[in-house]
Amino acid sequence: MNMVKPLIQVDEKGFYGKFGGAYIPEMLHPNIEELRENYESITASQSFQKEFKSLLKDFVGRPTPLYFASRLSEQYQAKIYLKREDLCHTGAHKVNNTVGQIILAKKLGKKRIIAETGAGQHGVATATVCALMGMDCTVYMGELDMARQKPNVERMRILGAKVVPATSGSKTLKDATNEAMRQWINNPVDTHYIIGSVVGPHPYPEMVARFQSVISEEIKWQLKSKEGTENPDIVMACVGGGSNAAGAFYHYYNLDQVRLIAVEAAGLGIHSGKSAATTALGTPGILHGSKTLLMQTEDGQVTEPHSISAGLDYPGIGPVHAHLFDTGRAEFLAVEDEDAMKAGIALSRTEGIIPAIETAHAIHALNMIEYKTDDIIVINLSGRGDKDLDTYIKWGGY
Amino acid sequence: MNRINNLFHTKNERVLSIYFTAGYPKLEDTLGIMEAIEEAGADIIEIGIPYSDPIADGPTIQESNLIALENGMSMKMLFGQLKDMRSTIHIPVVLMGYLNPIIQFGVEEFCAKCKEVGVDGLILPDLPMQQFLDEYKEIFESHGLRNIFLISPQTSEKRIREIDLYSNGFIYMVSSHSITGAKSGITEEQISYFERVKAMDLKNPRLIGFGISDQETFQKASQYSHGAIIGSAFIKILGQTPENQKEAIVAYLKKVKN
Repeated sequence: MNMVKPLIQVDEKGFYGKFGGAYIPEMLHPNIEELRENYESITASQSFQKEFKSLLKDFVGRPTPLYFASRLSEQYQAKIYLKREDLCHTGAHKVNNTVGQIILAKKLGKKRIIAETGAGQHGVATATVCALMGMDCTVYMGELDMARQKPNVERMRILGAKVVPATSGSKTLKDATNEAMRQWINNPVDTHYIIGSVVGPHPYPEMVARFQSVISEEIKWQLKSKEGTENPDIVMACVGGGSNAAGAFYHYYNLDQVRLIAVEAAGLGIHSGKSAATTALGTPGILHGSKTLLMQTEDGQVTEPHSISAGLDYPGIGPVHAHLFDTGRAEFLAVEDEDAMKAGIALSRTEGIIPAIETAHAIHALNMIEYKTDDIIVINLSGRGDKDLDTYIKWGGY
Repeated sequence: MNRINNLFHTKNERVLSIYFTAGYPKLEDTLGIMEAIEEAGADIIEIGIPYSDPIADGPTIQESNLIALENGMSMKMLFGQLKDMRSTIHIPVVLMGYLNPIIQFGVEEFCAKCKEVGVDGLILPDLPMQQFLDEYKEIFESHGLRNIFLISPQTSEKRIREIDLYSNGFIYMVSSHSITGAKSGITEEQISYFERVKAMDLKNPRLIGFGISDQETFQKASQYSHGAIIGSAFIKILGQTPENQKEAIVAYLKKVKN
């Protein structure tokens, strides 16, 4: 019997179609090889699965609810469910991945953890699991982001992590990632680098997506018990690097009847020069070790993105999303700062949930899509808005 | 014969290779710096193609990349500056850069330009061996370009042998676990790594780079290899001497070679 090869699948060299791979300096080759050779067998082992599931349940607080948003549903004439990743410990989906990677790091015999962070959510989630496991933790964060996201800097420090400013380039997430990679080159033997999104060299994009795939795994059985079907009509999620979207899409990649909608940040407008809408503006290129869609000049220099939400403020996108875009498997939309802020306020007042501004982009996209009355729409509510209080206050339109 | 092969054919010790970033400190400095390097008696010139995200480089070279880009350096401009370099430059010239600007320029066009202006080899830190073999080897070779691979203290013996097999120029030995310019001085641990690789009796010559900054480190590295590469320390000299650039370069390199 011929097996039909699923459309969305990573190949053995780490490519999703044209995108992915591992474009890394030779100095990191042994580290990446060690991960590539071991992560599948370690993460498939019984002892890993037992520890991972137990921590997701009792430490993270999973399963997170799949909440039927009745007032929002009434307003949009659809059955809208919110996957409540905002109720995870530390306030966002990021911790699903850091729990997985810290167990993996321990099993690989690593003693130190490094990580990059933009808004600080991944940094906090990393500092949290390092505290849990008693591991030394250093987080690289753009100098500009450190000033913008002061409370998260202090949260990391309270948790015992060292926060090091990245002072090169634009002093934001891209530069923090460069700095973390440099520090991994400088400390290759005892250190594991916990990347926070589905970006970086193979096997990171697939590994992070698998740790996040618990989101769609839960959506399936939760929806079955509420609606009698595992499959919604539409799954929507915001995309910066794309880890929450990868998690929400994962078990639906190859179910064509489920529409996948990825929502990027248009910033001040896609063509304003102040945007982070990578699929709209990007061209194929290489950043942080993988071939993907990338915002860049004609000359191949990476350009500075802009979004009001620090978590979407990234000039690339995970290679799996570049592939979803390239094959047309997912629809990509871009939402401007102003519309996202309004959607954040609207959700707060309609459902009593203040979302992260990243997530608010996905909420606004309800206004941009076509659907049938009573379609089941699942929106991944990737994070809560506490960290964004300052931005909400400064914006003020409430 | 390729100038790199020719060089090692006639000289197999104390080979000195000098790295600088194109467009730094001033946009139009490229050819003048190259001429001074040759005049001072260095053996190879490595020209860095500036990139916004140089992940294998430390603060000194990062800064030089940033300033070069702010000055307006681009691939097109660089090839324009190098157009007639072979009327004054006789030693091997190697371009060092990251893959993305080359892909955007067009790999085929890039290689053709390299051949046209007289570039002899390429050092592309984020082009791994497998990708090189799959996608780049043929086109580099058809343009007479030598691909220079890096090895580090962590590179396994098996992989060093493979790299040796696919190299035809020299092997760039990264001296320690580090990005460029991160450490200075040479430790016992590094010496045992240099000796280990030396004992492997590779077919390609080896140059040691990263952490080489002065006469002492150059001498020491040369004891265990065919020579060494200076990058960050040279960039610092360029940054400190906006005037009398040529004299400063010649004085510094004479001291290193002494």
